[in-house]
Order: sequence, then structure tokens, then C-alpha cells
Amino acid sequence: MSKSDNAKKYWKENLRYVTILLSIWFSVSFLAGVVLKDFLDQYSFGGFPLGFWFAQQGSIYIFVALIFIYVRLMNKLDKKYNYDKD
Amino acid sequence: MTVQIWTYIIVALTFALYIGIAIWSRAGSTKEFYVAGGGVSPLANGMATAADWMSAASFISMAGLISFMGYDGSVYLMGWTGGYVLLALLLAPYLRKFGKFTVPDFIGERYYSKTARLVAVFCALLVSFTYVAGQMRGVGVVFSRFLEVDITSGVIIGMIIVLFYAVLGGMKGITYTQVAQYCVLIFAFMVPAIFISFQMTGNPIPQIGMGGKGADGMYLLEKLNGLSTELGFAEYTKGSRSKMDIFAITAALMVGTAGLPHVIVRFFTVKKVRDARKSAGLALLLIAILYTAAPAVAVFARLNLIHTVSGQPYAQMPAWFSNWETTGLLGFNDKNGDGLIQYSADAMINELTVDRDIMVLANPEIANLPAWVIALVAAGGLAAALSTAAGLLLVISSSVSHDLVKSVFKPDITDKQELVVARLSAVGAVVVAGYFGINPPGFVAAVVALAFGLAAASFFPAIILGIFYKKMNKEGAIAGMVVGIGLMLFYMLKFKFGIFDGGKTAVASLSKDWWFGISPEGFGFIAMIVNFTISLTINAFTADPPEEVQEIVETIRIPSGAGEATH
Repeated sequence: MSKSDNAKKYWKENLRYVTILLSIWFSVSFLAGVVLKDFLDQYSFGGFPLGFWFAQQGSIYIFVALIFIYVRLMNKLDKKYNYDKD
Repeated sequence: MTVQIWTYIIVALTFALYIGIAIWSRAGSTKEFYVAGGGVSPLANGMATAADWMSAASFISMAGLISFMGYDGSVYLMGWTGGYVLLALLLAPYLRKFGKFTVPDFIGERYYSKTARLVAVFCALLVSFTYVAGQMRGVGVVFSRFLEVDITSGVIIGMIIVLFYAVLGGMKGITYTQVAQYCVLIFAFMVPAIFISFQMTGNPIPQIGMGGKGADGMYLLEKLNGLSTELGFAEYTKGSRSKMDIFAITAALMVGTAGLPHVIVRFFTVKKVRDARKSAGLALLLIAILYTAAPAVAVFARLNLIHTVSGQPYAQMPAWFSNWETTGLLGFNDKNGDGLIQYSADAMINELTVDRDIMVLANPEIANLPAWVIALVAAGGLAAALSTAAGLLLVISSSVSHDLVKSVFKPDITDKQELVVARLSAVGAVVVAGYFGINPPGFVAAVVALAFGLAAASFFPAIILGIFYKKMNKEGAIAGMVVGIGLMLFYMLKFKFGIFDGGKTAVASLSKDWWFGISPEGFGFIAMIVNFTISLTINAFTADPPEEVQEIVETIRIPSGAGEATH
């Protein structure tokens, strides 16, 4: 496999990860916390209405998790395509 | 010991610490001055980014704002954290790989154009100056309340401290003081939050306490909803802004966060691409500790305030009430002369005025916490304001010394001379920021929120397209930035300052004319979309960027070392 092929495949896989993770990012904040908030509020999570919880707590926890998942995925990907040497 | 003595001791100790670090970490070269030598560990960079990011607004104002906005306050919570996901996934690793000193550096080289660089310098200065003036003001407010010096002396003391470590240490000094400042500010925020959560709900973790039950067995949020409706306010968990506006403000704050130069530049300081990703994650984790506790503090503080004050006789108010009355941040006007404090959403009946800022600062007093906790809050507020101010000043000074003097006007100066220019511009920036802190033009507070809109409308699209679209050319990028920031400025001037319709007094009546019902705070989202559209349209009708620029783009997409090997 040529070097530029390698780079292209690496980039493609990276873009796939980014797309998936950003759709989750969008769903937990803009969808659950804003657009669908009123609908979700009929359910409750402890003392929280669910949509309100997503807007003020849940989305933030998930954001943190998303970045760490990305870090793990990319470290693996770097290794797979031999980009992990400094 | 009194609160005042505690405050002096704790503030003096933290200041001594910051100065000590500054002397230990002096910068010897421009590389150390701009990017701390490029060898900061991911954890240290994460802590520094968190302190850099969390300003006086996050520490002092945010919980108070949410306290009065209820659900509507979610825009700050999601907006100011969600931007880090964009930073980590779309910007930080590539900008680190690119390996330059400043954001205008990236724009200038990626778009092979001095004009692009100058436009970027203009945007960076506009965003950073508006932001930094607010920080100096925050320093002044904390000094005046807790140390009883006037605001002017407070600002000057703050200026001297920042001068000391920003000028001496540059990015290197700033990074390590920010690490210390993060520890101070998070401790200062969490200790009272934990105390109060335990007091009110029996659970020491505020994030859980917020959804817990009070002593009377009722959920706090339910109780607060009930009380709010009784007093005529919107239900706390419902809010009153339109969905469209909430959506737009959240998006503008997220994208703005990812486009703020003083945040982006922090990712130039780590060693490897891998470290840039990791430190973005650590930064958000460290920020999230405060950002998930703040809405809890907001609920506790609002309940406490209503309980202590609403319908109670003025004569029986605790000591903190009159302390804050003298600062003018709390006011009582006995309209019906019955000696009781009527608190209501109805302006005709309401007798209590509360400045949002005191909700965090007075919270420990309202909850009767020990004196040292109150003093700690003062030190935390100062740490938050100083750390952000220092980060912004560095952006300003490097924009001048590196992007204007070195890159445009005098390319032949030596590293030593550039370092002198960098230090001088830092001094100049501190003085200007201090001036605006002492004489705040009435619009500073308003503009700080809009700095995000300006960043979203200018930098974000140019950087994203620069990385993800190889064929993006300079004509498109420059036109996009100019139109984006111009449109944002226009909307701000029209709807926030009313300058086309007879000034400030007209602003309130203009809200019905908002485009798509979006407030000026959220308009950055629209201006960003316009920027993207203009960039891509112009790009389609003009020449592709030169081959070597397209190759640079290929290179930055590959993490360090291996990338260089392919070329």
C-alpha cells in the first residue's frame, strides 16, 4: 500500500468516527436538551424532569465521555496505520 | 477570626504562590513566550486550559444567571462545554500538527496571504479586548467587596499581578500559574457547593443533591417550581425563551468557544498530536466539575434567597443583607411601607432588587458557612478572573509582536528583539485592559457575551474549511471572515445598542424585529452559516489554492512524525 493510500484510508476512518461522535453530541444537547425537551420532561429522572436533566447535567457528562472515546479510538487508529511513532 | 482577616490571608497566600511560579518559569525565547516551549504535559495543559477558560463570568456570574433564568440558563451550560467536543474532534489535533504560534499564523499560512493574516489579527484583537475588559472589572468587584478597597485600586492591584507573570513568563509563566489557579478556583467553588448541598439535601454531592429532596421530603426542583409560580415567575424547569433562540444561543456559544484564540492557542503548547486530543478531554473533564455543580448551586441559592427574604420583616435580615446593600448589588425599597420584603415578578409590587453576581459571592454567607469558606470564594473569583485575563493578554501581545511586527512590518528582527516587542505589547495590553476595567464603557458586560458570536462568525468556518476542505482558497476564506464578522457587528450594533434606531432606550422594543426571532447573543450561529456559505460560493468561482498549500493540508491530517515521513 502506498503512503498516500495509507493516509487516505486513515483520514476516511477518522471522518467516520467524527461523524458518529458528533451525531451523539448533537442528539444529547440540541435534541434531548432543546428540541425534544418538553416531550422528555414528562418522564423524570430522580427529582429531575428528564429533558431538563439532559440540558443541565446529562449532556455535559456525555460530552466528556465522547472526547475520551475519541482519544481511545484515534490512538488505536494511529497504531493501525502506523502513525503512532513520534 | 473575621472574614476580612481570612480573606487577606488567603488572597495574599495565593498571590505569593502565583508570583513565585512566575519567577521560577521565566521565558528565555519567543518559543517559550508564545507556546511555553511546546513541552507542556497533557494534564498540566488540561488544567491550564480549564483555568484559562473559566473566567470571572463562569465563576462569579454563571450560577447566579442560571438561578434567575432557570431552564433558559442551560444555554451557558451546554454552550460553554459542548464547544470542547468540537475543539477536540475538529480543531486541536490539526492545529497542533500545523505547529505554529498563533491563530492568525494558521490563517495566514493556510490561506497563503497577508490580507488573510491581517483580517485574522483584527478579529483576534476585537474578540480578546472585549473579553479582557470584563475580567479586569471582575477583579475590581471582588477586591471592593471582600477587601474593602475601591474598585480602581482593586483593578490596579490586579494589573500589577498579571503584568508580573505575563510579561516575565509569557505563555510559560501563564501556563504554570494557571495550573495553580485552577486548583484554587475549583476548590473555592466546590467547598461551599458541597457544604450547602449537604445542608439542604443531606447529600454532599451537589450534582445529585440538585435532584434530591429537602428536609420536608419534597424534591427541590418541584418546590422551586411551586415557589416561582407563586411569586409570578416562569416555572424554574420550563424557562421562557423560544426554542429557536435557545438553540441558536447554544450553538453560537459552542462554536464561539471552539473559535476563541486564547483557548485554541493552549493546544499549541503540548508536545504531540495525541497529547492535544487528550488534553482537550482532560480540560473538559476539569471544567465539567464546575459546570455540573453550577446549576445545583443556582437551585440552592434561589431557594435559600426566597426562604430567607421573601415576605420577611426587613428589620430581621441577617448581617450579609446590609453588607451587600452597601455595595449596591442588593436593594430593598419598601413600597407599601409594611416593613416586609415583598419579592415578586410583578415590578409594581416587587421591593427587592438582586444583582445576579451576588448569588455565588453571597451564597456562603446566606447559608451561614464558616468565615474561611467565604474568604476562599474571594480567592477563587480572583483566580478565575486573573487566569483568563492573562491568557487573553498573551493572545493580544503575540498578535502584535508576532503577527504584525514580525510577520508583516519587520520580518528581519531577531528572536531577542521579538521577545522585547512581545513583552512591551503585553505591558501595553495590560494598561489598556486596566483602563477599560476602571472606566467600563457601558457596553462591556454586553459585549463579553457577544465575543463568542464574533469568534463563531469569523474564525470557526475559516479554520474548519482550512482543515477539512483541501481546495478552500484565500478569496473564499477572506470574504467569509469579513462578511461574517461584519454581519455580526451590524446585528450587535442594531439590536444590542440600538445605534440605528435612537440608542439604548430603543433596544427593548426592537426585539420583535429580531431575524428569525434570534437574539443578538445567538446571532453568531446565523453569521457563522453565512460565513460558510459565502466562503464556499466565492471559492467555487475562484482559482484553487497552490499545490504546496494543498500538500500542507494533507500533512496536518496525519499525526506527528509519521506525517513528516511521508513528505
